[in-house]
Amino acid sequence: MQPFASKATTPSDDRRWKMVDATMRKHGNEPSALIESLHTVQESFGYLDEVALRYVAQSLRVPYSKVYGVSTFYHFFTLKPQGEHTCVVCTGTACYIKGAQRLLDTVGEAAGIKAGETTSDGKVSLLTARCVGSCGLAPAVVFDGQVAGKVTPDSVSQWLGKWAKPVESRAVVAQ
Amino acid sequence: MNLEELKQIAEAEQEAVAPLENTVRVCVAASCLSSHSDQVKAALQSEVKERGLEHKCRVKGVGCMGLCAAGPLVEVAGERSTMYQAVTPEDAQAIVGSLGKEPVKALVLPTAQPFFASQKKIVLENCGIIDPDRIEDYIAAGGYEPLINALATMTPLEVIDEVKKSGLRGRGGAGYPTGLKWSTVQKAASEDGKYVICNADEGDPGAFMDRSVLESDPHRVLEGMAIAAYAVGANKGYIYVRAEYPLAVKRLRDAIRQAERTGLLGNDICDTRFSLRIEIRLGAGAFVCGEETALIASIEGNRGQPRPRPPYPAQSGLWGRPTLINNVETYANIAPIIRNGGAWFAGIGTQKSKGTKVFALAGRVNNTGLIEVPMGITLRDIVFKLGGGIPEGRKFKAVQTGGPSGGCVPEQYLDMPVDYESLAEVGSIMGSGGMIVMDETSCMVDVAKFFMDFCRTESCGKCIPCRVGTGHIHNLLSRISDGEADGADLELLERLCDMVRHTSLCGLGQSAPNPVSSTLRYFRDEYRAHIDQKRCASGACNIQKPAGVEA
Repeated sequence: MQPFASKATTPSDDRRWKMVDATMRKHGNEPSALIESLHTVQESFGYLDEVALRYVAQSLRVPYSKVYGVSTFYHFFTLKPQGEHTCVVCTGTACYIKGAQRLLDTVGEAAGIKAGETTSDGKVSLLTARCVGSCGLAPAVVFDGQVAGKVTPDSVSQWLGKWAKPVESRAVVAQ
Repeated sequence: MNLEELKQIAEAEQEAVAPLENTVRVCVAASCLSSHSDQVKAALQSEVKERGLEHKCRVKGVGCMGLCAAGPLVEVAGERSTMYQAVTPEDAQAIVGSLGKEPVKALVLPTAQPFFASQKKIVLENCGIIDPDRIEDYIAAGGYEPLINALATMTPLEVIDEVKKSGLRGRGGAGYPTGLKWSTVQKAASEDGKYVICNADEGDPGAFMDRSVLESDPHRVLEGMAIAAYAVGANKGYIYVRAEYPLAVKRLRDAIRQAERTGLLGNDICDTRFSLRIEIRLGAGAFVCGEETALIASIEGNRGQPRPRPPYPAQSGLWGRPTLINNVETYANIAPIIRNGGAWFAGIGTQKSKGTKVFALAGRVNNTGLIEVPMGITLRDIVFKLGGGIPEGRKFKAVQTGGPSGGCVPEQYLDMPVDYESLAEVGSIMGSGGMIVMDETSCMVDVAKFFMDFCRTESCGKCIPCRVGTGHIHNLLSRISDGEADGADLELLERLCDMVRHTSLCGLGQSAPNPVSSTLRYFRDEYRAHIDQKRCASGACNIQKPAGVEA
C-alpha cells in the first residue's frame, strides 16, 4: 500500500520551486526534511500558502495534516503574505525593559495596525520577535531585515515616513 | 592532515602577519553590524589602500569584543593597542592617519576599565581577535591542535577522563556534569551509530551568548563537537541553530565547508579511522525546542514536543540511537580543556562550579554587552564593576537570571557568589547566561506577567498543567496588574504555581512559575500594593483609578 503513489507535480513553472526541490532532494526526500523544506519555501516565496504545503506534503510523503501542524507550531513560519515592508519589533526581555511596548504603540498608532497585521494598502507589516539577540542595543527593531539598535519612537516614525513615500519605478514582483 | 601539516598552516599565517606593524580589527558580529561596522571596515580598508600602507597594516573583520553598547568597536593592535568606540566611516581617515602616532583621543575607549580588566576569557579568548571567516586564522591561534592531539595520542576514555577531571558542567542551564554525560553515551551500545548534537537554539529572550560565540569563533564549536564525537563514538553531528540568527548560520556553514576542505571534518580525519559529518538544522522559533527531547523531535521533522524521560537521549535519542546533546558554550570549553588539561580548568571557579561563565549583560545597566567571568564572582561585581552601575543615577532593584525559567535576585543577595548552587538557593537558576538588570522603573508584577505571557505562548500544549496552568497564572497576574484582584487571588496564584511546577512534563512547565515565585518571595509588598491600594509604584501597570481618587 502506497498512500501517495503518484509523484508530486510542481505547482507551476516558477523557478523558485527548483530551490524547494533542491532542498528536498538534498535530504533524500525523507519526511524528516519537512522543516528544512518549509524554510526554503518561506525564504523563496515569503510565506507558506496551501499550494506549497500540499506540494511539500506530497513530495515528502507526509500527511497534509502533519505539514499544517508543523507549519503552525513554529512561530517563524507565516501562512500570510507580508507587506512590502516589514517592521519587526523585538519583544525580548532586554527590549521589554527598555520600552519595546512604546515602539509597538507608535507603529500601531501611525499605521493603524496591531502586531501580526499588515496595512490595508499592503505597504507595512508589523511583527514581533521573541528576541533577535541584539540585547546589548535594546530596544531593537528589524526594518526590512536590517537590525537597528537603541530605537526610539521618533526613529520608528522616520522609517514609517520613508516607507510611505512612493518609490519611482519599483519593479513589481509578479506572482 | 596531521599535526605537521597543521603547524605549516599556522606558520604560513604567522609569517604573513609578521611584517605588519598594525592590525586594525573591526567587529563584524551582529550587534556592531547593526550599527554599520561593515561600512566602517570598508572605509578603513580603502583608506589604508589609498595611503599605500597595505604592507604595514591589515584591516580585518573580527568577532564580538564585548561592549556592544559602545559599538561599532575598532581595535588597533600593534606596538601598543588602542580600542575605539562608536566609530563611523568618516573616522577612518583619522584612525589610519594616527597609526604609529598618538591615538585619536575623541574615540578612545579605555580598556583599563573593569569591564575589560575583570574578565577571564576561555570561551571568548579568540573573539575579537581572529577572523571568523578564515580557518587559517583559527589554526594560527592554536586551533584544531587539541583535536589532532586527542585523535593521535588519547583514547576516547582518556578524553572523557580529562573532561571529568575539569569539572565542566553543562552551560545550557541545568549544570549536569559534562564528563558524566559523555561517559553515559560512550557506554551505550549501538550497532547503527550514535549522534552528537549542538544545542544552539538560544530561545531565552535576553540572551545572546551563543549567537556571539557562533558568529565570532565558529571553528571552536566545531572542534569541541569533533572531540566529543571521538570520545563517545559518534560519526554524525547536528547543530540545531535558530533561524533568527542568519549571520551565525552563514558563518557556521562556511566553517563546516572550510573544515571539510582542510580534512578536519569528513572521512578518516587526520588519517585515523574517525569520521564525522556535521549538518546544520534550522530551528523555527519555538522556545520549547531548547528542551533536548523536543529538539530531537524537531530535527526529525516533527512538532517540537518533549517526551517523558527516561529513556534519556544518552540511551535513546535521535532516531532512537544514543545521542549526546550539549550547548554551544559547553562545546566551546572543550578544546582549551584538552589543550591545558582538566586540572587547569578545575583550578578556576568555585568548589562545585568550575571554569568561567559567559553572560549577556543587558537591561538597565551602563555597560551592556558580553562578558566572561570566573564562576564565583559576586553579582555586585558584575552589575556595578563590570556593568558600570545603573544609568541616570537610578536605584538598583533586581537582576534577572535564567530568562523565563529563572528568577529575580534582589539587592540583599548581591554579594552572593555566582554559581549553580547559590543561584538555585535564592530561587533563580544559572540558565544559559542571560542577565537582565532592572531598576526602580520596573514593576515586578509586570515583569512576572511578561515572562508568564512568554511561557503561555511558548507552551507546546502537550501536557495540561503547562498548557492551561500558564494561561491561568497569566490571567491572575493580569487581574493584579489591572487592579482587579483581591487577597484570595494571591493565594490561588501561589497554589497554581506550585501545581504547575510539580506536575508539568518538561522543564518549560516545571520552571515557568519561577519568575512569579521569586518576585512573590522578594517583592510581595509590590503585589500587595497592587491588590490592597490599587497602586503601582513604578507606573508600569495601567491601573484605572476609581472616580474621585487622585492618581
